[in-house]
Amino acid sequence: MLMINLLGAVLIVAIIYWFWLYKPKQIHSNDNKQTIVVDNGVYQPSHIKVAANKKVTLTFDRKDSAPCAETVVFPQLDVSESLAMGSNKITLPELKTGEYDFHCQMKMYKGKLIAE
Amino acid sequence: MSSSKTTEQNFIIEGANCGSCVAKIEKALNSVQGANNVEMNFADRTVRVEGSAQQSTLISAVENIGYGAKPMDNTSEQDALDEKAKSDEAHYKKLMRNMLLALGVGVPLMIYGLIFDMSVTTTNQRIAWGVVGIITFMVMAVAGKQFYKGAWQSFKNHGANMDTLIALGTGTAWLYSMCVVLAPSLLPEVARHVYFEASSMIIGLISLGLAFEVKARGRTSQAIKRLIGLQAKTARVIRDGKEQDIDISDVEKGDHVRVRPGEKIPVDGDVLEGSSRLDESMLTGEPMPVSKQAGDKVVAGSINKSGTLLFEATHIGQETTLANIINMVKRAQNSKPSIGRLADVISGIFVPTVMIIAILAALAWLNFGPAPSIAYAVVALTTVLIIACPCALGLATPMSVMVGIGKAAEFGILIRNGESLQTTSKITTMILDKTGTITQGAPQVTDVVTFNNADENNLMQLVASLENSSEHPLAEAITQYAKKQNVTLSKVTDFDAITGKGVSGVVNGQTVLFGNKALMDKYKIAVDDATEQAHTFANDAKTPMYFACNNQLMALIAVADPLKEDSVQAIKRLQNKGIHLVMLTGDNKATAHAVAKKVGIDDFIAEVLPEDKVNEVTKRQQQGEIVGMTGDGINDAPALAKADVGFAIGTGTDVAIESADITLMRGSLHGLADAIAISSATIKNIKQNLFGAFIYNVAGIPIAAGVLYPFIGVLLNPVVAGAAMALSSLTVVTNANRLRFYKPNKR
Repeated sequence: MLMINLLGAVLIVAIIYWFWLYKPKQIHSNDNKQTIVVDNGVYQPSHIKVAANKKVTLTFDRKDSAPCAETVVFPQLDVSESLAMGSNKITLPELKTGEYDFHCQMKMYKGKLIAE
Repeated sequence: MSSSKTTEQNFIIEGANCGSCVAKIEKALNSVQGANNVEMNFADRTVRVEGSAQQSTLISAVENIGYGAKPMDNTSEQDALDEKAKSDEAHYKKLMRNMLLALGVGVPLMIYGLIFDMSVTTTNQRIAWGVVGIITFMVMAVAGKQFYKGAWQSFKNHGANMDTLIALGTGTAWLYSMCVVLAPSLLPEVARHVYFEASSMIIGLISLGLAFEVKARGRTSQAIKRLIGLQAKTARVIRDGKEQDIDISDVEKGDHVRVRPGEKIPVDGDVLEGSSRLDESMLTGEPMPVSKQAGDKVVAGSINKSGTLLFEATHIGQETTLANIINMVKRAQNSKPSIGRLADVISGIFVPTVMIIAILAALAWLNFGPAPSIAYAVVALTTVLIIACPCALGLATPMSVMVGIGKAAEFGILIRNGESLQTTSKITTMILDKTGTITQGAPQVTDVVTFNNADENNLMQLVASLENSSEHPLAEAITQYAKKQNVTLSKVTDFDAITGKGVSGVVNGQTVLFGNKALMDKYKIAVDDATEQAHTFANDAKTPMYFACNNQLMALIAVADPLKEDSVQAIKRLQNKGIHLVMLTGDNKATAHAVAKKVGIDDFIAEVLPEDKVNEVTKRQQQGEIVGMTGDGINDAPALAKADVGFAIGTGTDVAIESADITLMRGSLHGLADAIAISSATIKNIKQNLFGAFIYNVAGIPIAAGVLYPFIGVLLNPVVAGAAMALSSLTVVTNANRLRFYKPNKR
């Protein structure tokens, strides 16, 4: 029983580390343009570094027909766009330095723009 | 598809079949003067151009290098919607197929479990259940593939989502059952029970829920679809003296367009010839058809009811009022009021939290639960994971906002964003501008009283001739009145406008004066006979004007701005909602008092300047009121901006649409009461949704974890949890759809 309890505790720590503490890999976008594939419940890449104070163009390539994938929301920017199946280009205004989340309506697909 | 409001044009490119075409097309467009930021999207063959370049120049630049370019308009949007409907249908079918497969296996298994025991004791049972396990695995691999793929992708990205919960829940149930089949000795005898039906049933029920959701979601955006559907596909234009039907995207500004009875107005324009009645109800919410004749404006999307009209196109493509409305409703539908933000915060950290709760619940059962504790632990773990999907929370707000804003658009109420939709329901004080808001905003002659045996026809001829040279707003009322009396105007000499008093001049050799009492006093004209009558007029919200001819008072003419037909009733509706109404006007106290009395407003302020309106809004806000401001003119703009919610009474012009939080396309104040009613209904709907979603999650998780077990011996079945999860999103979407049938109470 002790072993199982210990295993449970380890699992909890692993969950906290994996989902909350670990910093996911960040893709650096050189020209502030990036294609993001929307498929299987995720945005890929999901963490994108962009240059601050420059327009950002994201192309969402939607392959997932799940209804939630249809909308992408940038809450801090008050931007929300519908994604058709296939390629969708979204131009965002110039971003100040900071982190900007984006997600689907249910917040199941999640991503982050890091403006530096 | 840009979120920033720049002058941008979008084109569909024809004939671009290779990657290298992109560079060529972009280069060609970049070379056009005034074109900045050219971006071509090769995948969907569209190009976006910012800047001031002419549409035709851009099209010819593309054509010159051997490709075609067509401006993107609502027709292509309609196609995109059709495309979406098709892909939704395909997705729906796929989900239904998955559901049938999973339930086809799960339901018989569950029925078997209800009648017989699903324990594994003998070797034969192990073999039989092993086969069932393999079949279930196949069901999971086929019908549940998307969930497992999604969960894995998400896990790799350090994320957890709905798929994670489904995969973990069904995976746990299946792995435990396989463990029972393959190595029963590892488990106590009483815990040798399989849960294969749970995995199948959960996948089946969630697929069914998702399938219904796809259908219900399609209905939520019906308002937009209807608006887009209003757009005509072709237009009948007259070019080179010939009438021809052309594609709507080929209509150019200045084209002469003919519409026959029963046809839709294809683009915005000014009527040149003919008269007819137009049904503008989808734009204004106004059910009565509106008369149109030469000089009137027509807007795209309205339906020509009776006669034939010839008009000149003034706004085409994305510039039309209809296109503006569609864009605005779309933008607003995607924004969220702050009521939804709480759910956002919760759902952001939800899934990993649920995973931890599930582990803790399982450990608690193992340590403190009755025998067979391991079986209880597995059930609790599976059930917590399955029931906890936060999808419904995420959907609760956007779904209602989408339907609510669409509903408002049907009533001719354009709401700019989710925030103003929410604030509208909280307004405690509504400030109403008088002129043009409560009243018609166009003064009319109401009474003519003659003195000294003057002949009314004769004197109207003199007054109208004199006023014809004046630019005063009241002059318009006089000349309109005279026109109805078929008066012929004479030449005026020595015309003089005396600021703040009136006008003087010589008509037909007679010296005439028209203005207020101060003007009469200046010229020492006795007005004693008219004093009492003038007072009566003033008390009745009419402006008395004196007319003198050859130093003798000839008439007292009363001019008033009549109330809008339904102002009194609409104001009553607002008061019934418990909103304190304040009327503001630049007019004099007597007129203000009379109008306020007529419509039943106790609180009014007269003789205010535009800056006073802002101060009044600020003052009320400082008193803790949530202030709405309703006005029609540019002079109200500062107060509209300062108010918590600004309502512009607009006739559908671009400026009105862009400047206020909410635009009432219909002139009537009923729009205001409707807006408040729809806002309240939407907020109520959001709250119901959030409540429902919380019940599923917040109440569902502890029950799934087993808190009720010590008291009433209830531990949720994973299949019930699967059904609850499927139901939660479906409930939210269905409840939001209920708003589509909402009708504001007209009293």
